[in-house]
This record gives sequence, C-alpha cells and structure tokens, in this order.
Amino acid sequence: MSAVVAPPEPRGTRADVRSRRLTERVFRARESGIVAVLVLFVAVTAAIQPRFLDSSNIQFVLVNTTVFALLALGETMVVVSRNVDLSVGSVLGLSAYVSASLFGSVHGISVMVVFLVGIAIGLVCGAANGLMVAAGRVPSLVVTLATLYVIRGIDILHVGGGEVVASTLPSSFTNIPLYTVLGIPYIAIAVAVVVGVGAYYMRSFRSGRELYAIGSNPEAARLAGIRVGRRVFTAFAVSGAIAGLAGVLWAAQYQTIDSSAGTGYELQVIAAVVVGGVAIFGGSGSAVGAALGALLLNTINSALNVLGISSLWVEAIAGFLLLLAISLDRVISVRLATALRSLRARGGA
Amino acid sequence: MSQLAPAAGDVGAQPRAAHALRYLLRWETGLAIVVIGIGVLGTSISSGFFSSGNIFYLGLNSGEIAIMALPMTLIIISGEIDLSVASMLGMSSAILGVLWSHGWPMPAIFVVIAIVGVLAGTLNAVLVTRLGLPSLAVTIGTLALYRGIALILLGPSTISNFPARYTSVGINPLLNTDLSWSAGIFIVLAVTFGVVLHATPFGRSIYAMGASPEAALFAGIRVRRVKTILFIVSGLVCSFAGVLYTFRLATAVQDNGLGLELDVVAIALVGGVSIFGGKGTIVGVVLAVLAVAGIQNALFLSNFNQEATGLVIGGLLLLSVFVPNLAFLSARARRRLAGTRRAVPGGAP
Repeated sequence: MSAVVAPPEPRGTRADVRSRRLTERVFRARESGIVAVLVLFVAVTAAIQPRFLDSSNIQFVLVNTTVFALLALGETMVVVSRNVDLSVGSVLGLSAYVSASLFGSVHGISVMVVFLVGIAIGLVCGAANGLMVAAGRVPSLVVTLATLYVIRGIDILHVGGGEVVASTLPSSFTNIPLYTVLGIPYIAIAVAVVVGVGAYYMRSFRSGRELYAIGSNPEAARLAGIRVGRRVFTAFAVSGAIAGLAGVLWAAQYQTIDSSAGTGYELQVIAAVVVGGVAIFGGSGSAVGAALGALLLNTINSALNVLGISSLWVEAIAGFLLLLAISLDRVISVRLATALRSLRARGGA
Repeated sequence: MSQLAPAAGDVGAQPRAAHALRYLLRWETGLAIVVIGIGVLGTSISSGFFSSGNIFYLGLNSGEIAIMALPMTLIIISGEIDLSVASMLGMSSAILGVLWSHGWPMPAIFVVIAIVGVLAGTLNAVLVTRLGLPSLAVTIGTLALYRGIALILLGPSTISNFPARYTSVGINPLLNTDLSWSAGIFIVLAVTFGVVLHATPFGRSIYAMGASPEAALFAGIRVRRVKTILFIVSGLVCSFAGVLYTFRLATAVQDNGLGLELDVVAIALVGGVSIFGGKGTIVGVVLAVLAVAGIQNALFLSNFNQEATGLVIGGLLLLSVFVPNLAFLSARARRRLAGTRRAVPGGAP
C-alpha cells in the first residue's frame, strides 16, 4: 500500500486479516504440497511393488536422506538471507576424511570427540566463508565457488592417494546408522529434531526472522537497524558447522573415505532446497520444506530402483521435478499476487 | 592510493586521479601481468614450457572449457547464469555416441546435435525469460535433466570406435601450427564474441540489461529476446564443444564433462566478469583462460598433485573479487580507525 490516504480503519484491517490468512494458506500449501507428492509417490510405488515399504528399504531411504536433510538446513539459512553456499560438498569431504582418520591415528578416541572435530572443521570453513562475504562485501556465489575449489584442494593435498577404510573404524561409529527405534533409524529422528529446531529458530526467534528480512530486502533490513553482516556471517558459520557434522555422518554411513567424498553435493543440496520451496533469491521458505525436498528426491531415487526402472532415469526425473516445482511455484505466486490485489482493491473501495 | 593522503580532504582531486588509476589498475592489466609471470615461472620450472608439444597440450586440455566460457561470459554480463553448460556438452557427446553406434553418417549426426543444442538452450531461455524464473535455479534443473538424458541414452556403455579422421583432433595440431583444433576454434570464436560484445548494438544492450534490466527495458531494448538468443547460442556452442570433447578423448561416456560448469563459471569470473552482470570483457576472459591453463600446466610440469590444481582456480577467483575491492576495503578500514563512521558511497564494485 503506497500513497492511499488512510482507508476507513475496520475495512482495511479486515482486508489485511483476510489477505494474511490467504498468504498463510498458500505457504502451508507449499509444504503440504511436497508431502502430498511424497505420499502419492510412496502409495503408487508400494501398490506396484510392496517391497518398497519393507522396513529395510524405509530405513535405507531415511538414512540416506539424513546427510542431505542436514545440508539442506544449513543451505536454507544461507539461501533465505539471499546468499548461496556452494562449498558444502567440499566441507563435507574434508570433515569426513579428517574426522574418520582420527580413529586410525589417535588410539581409542571417543566417537563424541570425532563428531566435535568434524563440526569444528566445518565451523572454521563456514566462518571463513562468512567473514569474506560479510566483511569483504563480495558476492557469496563467487566466494563459495572459490572455497569449493580451495577446500577440495586442501582435502586432496592432505589425503594424497590414501583413504580411510572400514576396518580402521570402531563398530561404535559404524553402527550409528544402524540403531533403530520402532523401525525408524535413531539418526533420522535426531536429524528430524535438528531440522525442526532449526526451522523453529528461523520462524520464531528475532535473529532468525532477521534472516528473512535480509533476504527480502537487504537495504531495507540495514536501514531497519538489522546487523546484516553479523547475521549473514552466522548463517554461513552455521551452514559450515552443519556440513562438518554431515561429513562425520557420511563417514559413518559409507565407511570408505577418500578425497572425492561429497563431490557435486552442492548442486544436489540446492536442488533439494529449491524443490522444498525456498526461494533461490531469499526471503521465503522453511528448513522443514527443504528437508522434505531432500526426502522427496531420495524417495524418488529409491522408488525407481525398487520398481526396476533403471537408475539411469533418476537424474533426468530429478531435474524435471525441480523445473516443475519452480514453475508451479511461479504460477502460484502470480495467482496469489493477483488475488491479493483484487482483495486490496475491494478493501480500499 | 597513497598511504600519505589523509582520509578526508582529497575529495576534489580524487575523480581525475582515480580515472587514470582505474585504467592502470584494470583487472585485465593485472591478469596480463599474471599471465606473463606464469610464462616466466613455467620456463624456470621446465625449459619445455614453450615447446611446441607443450603448447599443443595446453590448448588441447583447456579447449572445450575455454570455448564454453565465451557464451557464459555474455550470459553473466546480461545478468543471468547458465549452469547447464557441462550437461549440454555431455548430452551432445551421448547423442554422438549413440547415433554413431547405430550407423548414422557423421554429417547427419552433426545436424541432430546442433538441433538438440538449440532446443536445450531454448528450454533454458523459455523458463528464464517467459516464466520469469531465476536462471540459477532453472539451469540447476536442466543441469540434472540434460545429464539425465545423457545417462538414459548411453547407460553404462562406452562408445569409442569413432573414425580416425575425426579423432585426430586430439592428436594432430592445426596445419603448420602448435595449436590444437580446439584452441584454434577458441581463437576464432573469441574474436567473434569479442566483436559482437564490444562493437555492436546487440553487445552494448547486453551490458545495459546486466547493469539494470528495468532501465534497459524502458530504453527499448528487447531484453527477453536478447537473453533468449544468448541461451540458445550457449546451447549450440556447448553442443559443439561436446563433439570436440568426444573426438579428443575418442570416447563417448555418460559422464563426459561432468562438473565442468563450475570451472567455466570460475574462468569467466577470474576474467573480471561481475557476477551481478553489466561488467566484463572478452579480453579478460581470454587472459583468464591463459592464466588458468598456464598455471595448471606449470604445476603439472612440476609434479604437483594434478587433482589439487583447483586450489589455483579458487585462489585466482578470490583474488579477482578482493583485489578490485582493496581500495574500498582499505578506505573503510581507515575510516573505522579514524572513528568517523560516514556512509560509504558506492559500496562494493
């Protein structure tokens, strides 16, 4: 609303409430839309091939999703603030190798310490990204593209031709993805809780809301007194730390780690985030949606596998879905804008 | 900028001095010095650096990336990005392999590949210009889609029985020169793209829309049409690069060129193209190609771990964003130290 001189109070308020309700409904529809697609996919697949709902297959899908769901949480924080973190795959790779190799080099090291080391490595990488973006005032796409290469290069120099093999890892570490409760892997529950906490923080805490404000309009956010640099720095640091954590989980899952771990994950994570309804230029979307996007892509992968459709189709279908998701999003938001405009017109009349 | 000059008070003298300084301190000038430095370094590492054999391999190894960097430069200057370039290369390679193994004649295959390249670029263009979707998200989607199509077409098979007449592009240099075919083609294309970008109304309009899409539109520039042309040219050129790539390695496999998109973007950015659009030159990108190829080659000759040369690309990329920012950053630091916190005019370039 711009130059319209004070419309009668009650009417304006009513229109506001109504439009807000509409907005909320559509936002809710975004995540419920992914859930609907997910349910549909699972139902159709299970109808054709009941083996898809075997507990072992469900566990497989959930465990595979954990790494991507975590990365998606960190990426969401960054993308919502109108930035992007392309270095997550490299951070994951470095953290996976360095942390897992500790089992071989430090005798009897506890699993907890290894996790902390992985997170610390990620935090350092993320803080470096954040510092360059926030203090250096350079575009995050360029900075994280550079650190993607640099961190991977450091990883390759450090690893050399070597690799961590499963026999050097203690069973208390390699069993982490195997523990289940009621057929659901602990690790999936833990990641779901982390994603939930992250989404709640972004939705309900002041500093979390400020990320959305920055992403919607960085200049306005600055003028409103938000410490843009500090928030952006934090988002990158958290994204890095989460990628470090995901690296340790990756190591526990795959158990053979060389210098190529996590190569190319950055674009897969961004794909999951975008499918999950996070706007690529910031300002809207939730971590829950992003994690659901990761779950959807992994489910599709597994479903095609179970259906005996060659896994060769997976990538093309994932790409098609991504394009469909953003196109639908666009159509919905155009419709929404038109609807809001007509509501406003009626409210102001 | 002189360290002796006080923080304030030199405002009047600044414009003219800054103007002259800017020409001297152009990023392209710096890159040229880097390239010369690499030449010197290369000869000190190995006397064979400027030997005809080495120059041939240098051109051979970077040819396709360099070729794809040209349309990428124009697209980034126009304010968009195309991450699907390496997948279009892979798709073209797969089509070449499949049709050849089915006994098609080469000229017919080339026609099909050209058509597919145009179609691939058109899909990108339609989604970006007609639906108004962000190109970053669209081309991550088509990156997966086109690579997926390559996977579906070729599967795990490898096709390598191409006639020696064509695969000689990977063995023989251009007539009477030390240049590989791909390097020769790059030079021709670079001149063409350079003339179009710097000396035609079409090229100037690319800068205009990159600097301000709205202003360009109001100035009567057909923004959507120009961007459509750019994406289609990118599709065509990348398909062509796919043919070169396939013949050079004499193999068509589904992961030909996997992950090259970030190398291509990195080269354009190292060449001084602004990720926000509106800035950059073909000369800069050509120098970036020389710098990156030269460093990789020099490291190869010095037995540096070949896989870790990404460190160099990353380092150059960081330099390319921080060096042009130095004046601004140091000015800000000085102001901070002086305790006078005035608004910073301009911001990051």
